[in-house]
Amino acid sequence: MALTEKDVRYVAELAHLELTEEEVKKFLPQLDSILQYMQKLNELDTAQVEPMAQVTYPAAENPALRSDQPHPTFRQDEALGNAPESDAGCFKVPRVIERE
Amino acid sequence: MDLTTLTIGEIRDQLTRRQVSAEELVRAHLARIEEKDGEVRTYLHLSPARALEQAQRIDRLVAAGEPLPPLAGVPVAVKDVILTRGVRTTCASRILENYLAPYDATAVQRLEAAGAAVVGKTNCDEFAMGSSTENSGFFPTHNPHDLTRVPGGSSGGSAAAVAANLATVSLGSDTGGSIRQPAALCGIVGMMGTYGRVSRYGLVAFASSLDHIGPFGRSVRDVALVLRTIAGRDPKDSTSADVPVPDYEAALDQDVRGLKIGVPKEFFAGLDPEIGDNVQKGIDLLAKLGCQVEPITLPHTDYAIGCYYIICTAEASSNLARYDGIRYGFRSAEYADLRDMYKKTRDRGFGAEVKRRIMLGTYVLSSGYYDAYYLKAQKVRTLIARDFMEAFDDVDVIITPTSPIPAFKLGERVDDPLQMYLADIYTVTASLAGIPGISVPCGKMRSEPHLPVGMQILAKHFDEARLLQVAHAFEKGGGFEVA
Repeated sequence: MALTEKDVRYVAELAHLELTEEEVKKFLPQLDSILQYMQKLNELDTAQVEPMAQVTYPAAENPALRSDQPHPTFRQDEALGNAPESDAGCFKVPRVIERE
Repeated sequence: MDLTTLTIGEIRDQLTRRQVSAEELVRAHLARIEEKDGEVRTYLHLSPARALEQAQRIDRLVAAGEPLPPLAGVPVAVKDVILTRGVRTTCASRILENYLAPYDATAVQRLEAAGAAVVGKTNCDEFAMGSSTENSGFFPTHNPHDLTRVPGGSSGGSAAAVAANLATVSLGSDTGGSIRQPAALCGIVGMMGTYGRVSRYGLVAFASSLDHIGPFGRSVRDVALVLRTIAGRDPKDSTSADVPVPDYEAALDQDVRGLKIGVPKEFFAGLDPEIGDNVQKGIDLLAKLGCQVEPITLPHTDYAIGCYYIICTAEASSNLARYDGIRYGFRSAEYADLRDMYKKTRDRGFGAEVKRRIMLGTYVLSSGYYDAYYLKAQKVRTLIARDFMEAFDDVDVIITPTSPIPAFKLGERVDDPLQMYLADIYTVTASLAGIPGISVPCGKMRSEPHLPVGMQILAKHFDEARLLQVAHAFEKGGGFEVA
């Protein structure tokens, strides 16, 4: 096995996941076997191949551009409607700046 | 007359001749859901008020002798990863258990503008990640043909709802086969258009370069009618294609004689032999109808699963970073500080498969591994897409099995994610290339309990009309019951 428990904990930290000990033990062999399987791609020589990030097709004009017109958007109460905690028109978050 | 087995055309006919009202249609479906859905479990939540309001609007049009919109009174189910204003959208995840979208997805808005009645939101694998609907954060859905088996996934609820006559048609989403595979396992028609054919506005993102919305139906014509309604450029999705939408219904009855069908040998190895036999009989039927069958090769097929699961997990890990307990969704009640709140919220809100994919995606994008995994997969994606382009220089459509296995038992595969991924082999290649695909019923397994078999038809970019034409000729020629 190439992957270690330390790797699993490190990746969980990057992904903002607090895995339990049980989850680390369960995921380790599963992730390891999937990553090993993915290495099959190394059988192919891709030195001269361009990467494909998005499906592209011929289009009449660049569809990504639109006219810069103002239009109605969500009201404040709609935008805050699903927030676990909100107050005074703002999303409430745990304190991130400590007082002196 | 059983109102829950009608086609869109029959509904239109009944409404126009005032044999039945749209309200009766919707109520018949709600009654059948009440009676049957306790065992099949296709719906997460129902929207009777919204459906009845739409039905009454249609009935007023009928009473006034006004022209009816194309999908007037058609009861439709919507996969719960597609936003519906005022009706919960949970993605079958605990992290969005109480989420109420402030807007409708473009596909939903277009369906309702065409007169369809949204009866409810269907179960799926959490955030569309899975092939069995067992990864739902709430409960699994059962296959209507055998309740001890899965309906496929991730759009298992939408497929089972149409198969069990709990909706006339439905919307699903397809990232690596999530419409085509459950259509095959439930014995109905399911279609994914070209990438960009249908707006993704209001589809909760899983893997943005691969996600599609598409229809399920019990006939090719119904699927063509829904696709025509939802397809087309949407200024709210910059990846939606500015390509005209043809009249798909008009294409259905065109002659298939002389069309060239490519059969890739790579798709007939390592599958259940009974499925291979059925699909071969399906191809023979099309040959009898005058199509020309040619063996072709798609040489990079063997690399598609590795390629697909690198790209989709990478995109998922990025897309799902937004579930942080701040703007919407679940927030853990106990935490020490902001970072701890993120981690506890995400660990408790997400199920095992979603966490696995976030972990895989984070790993393949992380420093030191990006080139070896993610960049490599993007290059292999080019090779897979090129295989298809070269094949379509010679043939009009490609035919393959949809799934190497029929519907399997609930619980049978949940502990082996790699085995579950490998079964997506026949559907992921089209997703990576961005070409359209449809799965149509192709008879039943010979062995008990005679489970449905699906046949997949693929065409080149924006050639949905061709694909529907072949699918319809197959249906008319008796292909759905081939034996």
